[in-house]
Amino acid sequence: MDIRFRFMKFRKIAGIISISLFIISIMSLSFRGLSLGLDFSGGTLIEVSYESPVALESIRNSLEVNGYPDSQVVNFGTNLDVLIKVADQSGNSSIGENIFNILNEQNIPIELKRVEFVGPQVGDELRDQGGLGMIIALFMILIYVAFRFQYKFALGAVTALGHDVVIILGLFSLFGWDFDLTVLAALLAVIGYSLNDTIVVSDRIRENFRTERILEPIDMIDLSLNQTLGRTIVTSFTTLLVLFALFIFGGELIRGFSLALILGVLIGTYSSIYVVANMLMSLTLTQEDLAIPEPEGADFDGMP
Amino acid sequence: MVLVVGSIYALPNLYPTQPSIQVAYTDSAKSADQALLNELEDILENEKASYEEIFLRENKIVIKFNDVDTQLSSKTVLQNTLLDKVIIALFLEPSTPQWLKDMGANPVKLGLDLSGGVHFLLEVDIDTAQQGRLELLLDTYRKSFKEEKIKFDNSSIKDLALYFEFSNKDSYNKALKKYRDDSPLVNGLQYIITERPSSNILLLEYSDIALKEIRDYAVGQNLTTLRNRVNELGVSEPIVQRQGSNRIVVELPGVQDPTAAKKIIGKTANLEFRLEANSRTSPLRKEQFDFKENEFQTAYLEKAVIVSGDRVTNASTGFDESGFAQVNITLDMQGGRAMQKATSGNIGRRLGVLFVEQKTKSELVTNELGESVIEQTTFIEKNIISLATVQAVLGTSFRITGVGSPTEASELALLLRAGALAAPMKFVEERTVGPSLGKENIELGMKSILIGFCLVVLFMALYYRIFGIAANISLIINLVLITGIMSLLGASLTLPGMAGIVLTVGMAVDANVLIFSRIREELKNKDPQSAIKDGFSRAFVTIFDANVTTLIAALILYIIGTGPVKGFAITLSIGIVTSMFTAIMCTRAMVNLIYGNKNLKVLKI
Repeated sequence: MDIRFRFMKFRKIAGIISISLFIISIMSLSFRGLSLGLDFSGGTLIEVSYESPVALESIRNSLEVNGYPDSQVVNFGTNLDVLIKVADQSGNSSIGENIFNILNEQNIPIELKRVEFVGPQVGDELRDQGGLGMIIALFMILIYVAFRFQYKFALGAVTALGHDVVIILGLFSLFGWDFDLTVLAALLAVIGYSLNDTIVVSDRIRENFRTERILEPIDMIDLSLNQTLGRTIVTSFTTLLVLFALFIFGGELIRGFSLALILGVLIGTYSSIYVVANMLMSLTLTQEDLAIPEPEGADFDGMP
Repeated sequence: MVLVVGSIYALPNLYPTQPSIQVAYTDSAKSADQALLNELEDILENEKASYEEIFLRENKIVIKFNDVDTQLSSKTVLQNTLLDKVIIALFLEPSTPQWLKDMGANPVKLGLDLSGGVHFLLEVDIDTAQQGRLELLLDTYRKSFKEEKIKFDNSSIKDLALYFEFSNKDSYNKALKKYRDDSPLVNGLQYIITERPSSNILLLEYSDIALKEIRDYAVGQNLTTLRNRVNELGVSEPIVQRQGSNRIVVELPGVQDPTAAKKIIGKTANLEFRLEANSRTSPLRKEQFDFKENEFQTAYLEKAVIVSGDRVTNASTGFDESGFAQVNITLDMQGGRAMQKATSGNIGRRLGVLFVEQKTKSELVTNELGESVIEQTTFIEKNIISLATVQAVLGTSFRITGVGSPTEASELALLLRAGALAAPMKFVEERTVGPSLGKENIELGMKSILIGFCLVVLFMALYYRIFGIAANISLIINLVLITGIMSLLGASLTLPGMAGIVLTVGMAVDANVLIFSRIREELKNKDPQSAIKDGFSRAFVTIFDANVTTLIAALILYIIGTGPVKGFAITLSIGIVTSMFTAIMCTRAMVNLIYGNKNLKVLKI
């Protein structure tokens, strides 16, 4: 048997790493929370572009004088672009206009790039919907995998996904990165991606359990991981290639999105190797679990 | 076959867009005609503005230009000459050839974050609509309880429920019986009755079905009103849609001034019910108004307003006893009382309904720099939409007969409803993207797609050689298919949507990688031809399972997501399906083409 790398030798260490990362993430999420972007927190955001660099302090001052003392003023991308956030919860939709007028009064030519206003109830709803969507997605996947494979695989897959999502959320919380709607979208895409990996590995484990009947489960898993390793690395690599292209060239608006995806691909690749296999080991996957060769593939024989 | 169709529908995206303007009459009842077309031609000729094409489309006139400068200058010229007669909108007309258009092939629509424009989310205040109806109901019951000698000490509206405290058990029971007789169908709505026999209190609340009906009515009515208002803005492709139970999305691509747009969307049309002036009315207390439908017909109405539009709760069409169309109007409690007072001594006089609109007027003025600019002033216009004889004392609900054909009746009802917003609305979300940011986003998106794509293609070619090239060709076909399907579905492309395409490019090779590594493995104990065959068929199951699960995640994203996130979900879902197709079918076809029917000894992969 061609087992080049004994993955499962490190399974205890990997387990400890995963669990501690998971706990750190949960702690950070519960104590620090997420720095919610405008989509979820509600408020007003306005992005303007100046022809020449302007001192942020002067913008802050004029906003303060005109009744917006709690506004955040930062550069966005270049030092010509300025982003102003006002976390007003009253649901007043004309703050954007007011601020643009205040800035216009400084008599420096500016161009309005975008204004976003999200009312407080919309923010709350988006947050609830997002969380609900995530749970539904995980649940549907659990059912599908249980149906196509076996419940132990389904538990493994969903644990891996939960692990990925929580750790990415934890990192966003720990580093205080903005969590907005696009990051949520990225998170769901990560679920899809990580799952892709997990399925490929599980599929191979299932196949080996059926065809190679002599090996110990631990060897079986190691064998499967080795067989899929080449593919895992190549796919993660090509995906990371495009994600870095997106991260570097895609602009400020989707930076959070690409960052979440990059983290997701890295963690997802790791979890499809260690988390799933670890779960299968702890649940003591046996040959009997997969012994009855279901007519898989038969339904697709008509296709290439 | 799929490839040909995909390519055809992707094709329109290769044609450049042309700066164009669209001209329509301000009066939405009038559609553009040859006369207007000739007038526009003359104006442009006088100004020596060169245009490429001018033609009539639906009820608008489209003029295509060769460059943006002429487009802008022509717009100014036309607007300065025609002023308020027409609405002029700037837009980009795709130069898709006719034969492609005939097949329904159009370029991909750009989302607001790429085209620039304004997005509003408005929330309809259902509680207010409900409160208004409850007031009406309270009045009705107070009256009928009095008539039937059912005694009550207290009556009011508490927390959106009708509250009656009866004086004795007997009244309580009678009222309960009345409620039960009326329910489940009072005015077609159902109620929930809460009984508190110990304190002789009855509570009446709207049931969920009734609430849904109220909500649908209020949102539907506001939707109609908003559509009419948005049309005034002269945006070429506006979207006005209901979202969820009580929200309305308004998207105005290309609009750069959110303040002006907000003013028009949020403006109020109104109604005024006034009696016609008669010979005894002093000239100081009457006003002359034009009819809305007929400019030459006028009438004098009294200055005193009996009831205004905010008291109108419903207006619908129906038929009278002899089968003629009529309009049924329902007023709220206060409105009904005022109407009763005003009509009781005036049976036989005529009652006029005025439609009040806030309009903007454009005028050509010379500013201090000597340039002529268009100055807009807002003014209020009032027109008579109905003038009918009062036959009896009117209350909360009455009807207007003799309104002409059923179509005319429903137009009148529409105007009445437009004048009376069913429920107030407020802005709960607003996103404006400037045109420069839109352009920037397109450039950034395209750049990342290109760079990501090149990197992947390069890697695959180096790593898998001939098989890699086959995979790369599949990848290109994949991109063509995604574009084609996007065009076909009419889905809009957003910045996250572009990110979805980039991600698809990265992940699409996965299926091929799976197949190739499988072939490599099979090669260890099989001859090349059967290794290729088994590699493809064994990898298929894996690819299928992996993609279905990703598709689940993408679909959920589509369902919960709004705006840009939906865009991402769309491209991701399409990408998953097309990449499965291309990786399996196209790559296989190519591999067969290269290696098929050859007696291979060794296979490099």
